[in-house]
Amino acid sequence: MADTAILLETIERLKAENPAWITDFKDARGEITAMVSREHIADVCYFLKTNYGFDMLADLCGADNGPEEDPRFEVNYHLFSTKTFQRLRLKVSLSEDEASVESVVGVWRTADWHERETFDLFGINFDGHPDLRRILLPSDFDGHALRKDFPLRGYEPYSLS
Amino acid sequence: MSVAVENIPGQLDVLDQSLESQMTLSMGPQHPSTHGVLRLELKLDGELVVKAIPDIGYLHTGMEKLFEYKKYQQGIVITDRMDYLNPLGNNLVYVMAAEKLLGLEIPQRAQIIRVLMCELQRIASHMVWLGTSALDLGAMSVFFFCFRQREKILNMIESASGGRMTPSYFRIGGLMMDLPAGFENRCRQFLEGFIEALDTFETLVTGNTIWQSRTQGIGVISREDAIDWGLTGPCLRGSGVELDLRRHNPYSGYETYDFEIPVENDGDVWSRFKVRMRELYESHKIVRQALDRLTPGPIKADAPKVVLPDRDDMRKHMDSLIHHFLIVAEGFSIPEGEVYHAVEGSKGELGCYMKSNGGPKPDRVHFRGPSFINLSALPVMSEGEMIADVVAIIGSLDIVLGEIDR
Repeated sequence: MADTAILLETIERLKAENPAWITDFKDARGEITAMVSREHIADVCYFLKTNYGFDMLADLCGADNGPEEDPRFEVNYHLFSTKTFQRLRLKVSLSEDEASVESVVGVWRTADWHERETFDLFGINFDGHPDLRRILLPSDFDGHALRKDFPLRGYEPYSLS
Repeated sequence: MSVAVENIPGQLDVLDQSLESQMTLSMGPQHPSTHGVLRLELKLDGELVVKAIPDIGYLHTGMEKLFEYKKYQQGIVITDRMDYLNPLGNNLVYVMAAEKLLGLEIPQRAQIIRVLMCELQRIASHMVWLGTSALDLGAMSVFFFCFRQREKILNMIESASGGRMTPSYFRIGGLMMDLPAGFENRCRQFLEGFIEALDTFETLVTGNTIWQSRTQGIGVISREDAIDWGLTGPCLRGSGVELDLRRHNPYSGYETYDFEIPVENDGDVWSRFKVRMRELYESHKIVRQALDRLTPGPIKADAPKVVLPDRDDMRKHMDSLIHHFLIVAEGFSIPEGEVYHAVEGSKGELGCYMKSNGGPKPDRVHFRGPSFINLSALPVMSEGEMIADVVAIIGSLDIVLGEIDR
């Protein structure tokens, strides 16, 4: 995999740019994860896209740590550069009461469906998303299916009628 | 904060209001050209598409939820059902993510067989794409020629794994079992016949002027837009971006194979078509190289607590029997952590995010399906086109709804 030293340097520059942006970072299994504070994710993404060539958002996905954990949710952004072919993961942690994060649709338009999917399955809100509605499940579906406290077979059999 | 929000692309509401003769057409979910259960809500001005809104989710089966309730080795079976035209690619990305978490080394022979099978699968997947997208545009006979080739590949996959469309052939730590006797010969025979078949396709489709006029200049997406919308695979390479994870984030030893990355610059249906056609030759090349490299050797990693032992070992060794029992009954644990692994599937970047909490079942498995992302760019490509061309554009995206809805 790509050299992680450059990515670590990138994170140092981010910290120097604004100390509030990055709260922590991890270097494990050849992958770098930067923990980004909830308020600044769109700024950090925009900065990385314009200055460091992370022109593609490869993936965006939510994760639930379980109802008893705090922060309960996390949103992972997998950034990719089509020039240097490097990958960087940004992670935002969210508590259950404030399960909302700024949308990055303005940075990469591909985030549109990713964020809708995360909203649909986890109930995480993306502020500023132009069209935030359910994408995989029906609009009248009750609950958010990928939450840990959602039973595997649902609350009750879903009927289309 | 405001920086990002201001850049949100203009929604097309302006156009909505300005049209008097607008009509809404619901295309699908049962329309044959939507390749599954996809519904498109088309706002039309005469025959022109003003706005296209894809409606997905008809095939949603909650696979990502199901992974959390299954042991790691049971998850492989679920991956077969996502992109059912490229099941070995799905197997590969899932097992490689788990192997990355475990830090397993895979033996050489297993890696070569993985490359071999994945490239065969890519050819099979492209055969379905070529056949069905030609069928959509009215070229009936191509379909039969394509499916004849695909059938041969499926038979080979069946001989190796026992399943035609649901092989589950790759396992965490190696392969289910070695290739059967005679597989090499059979594969070489297929390769020879396939070159002839490719000539047939070129004559039937590529050189066909009707085909060219139906595809050239249709569904154009620029290089910048393609990256912005996250397109990957042939769709991105059709827009002039040279990006192939087999070359640029190599895995399974792809860096040692000699192949080219086809790139076309126009970004239209014709470009995407040509990229895939040229990819067939490249895959053919890789399969041939992989066959030449096959030498006897182990096909499973040396990790008795993860990889199922051979039947023969179980009869002779007590510890093999114990390991077998434990793996089957309790599963194996993967150390805490998270990885994102991406491979070049037949349709683009196929990624798997896997998070482990230290137990025998994953805490979260997420798949980045290339079809899902490629389809999200459909409105950009089809707005302003004729309604009949939308069919050509969907065909050129090569989507599989099983993966989009998961």
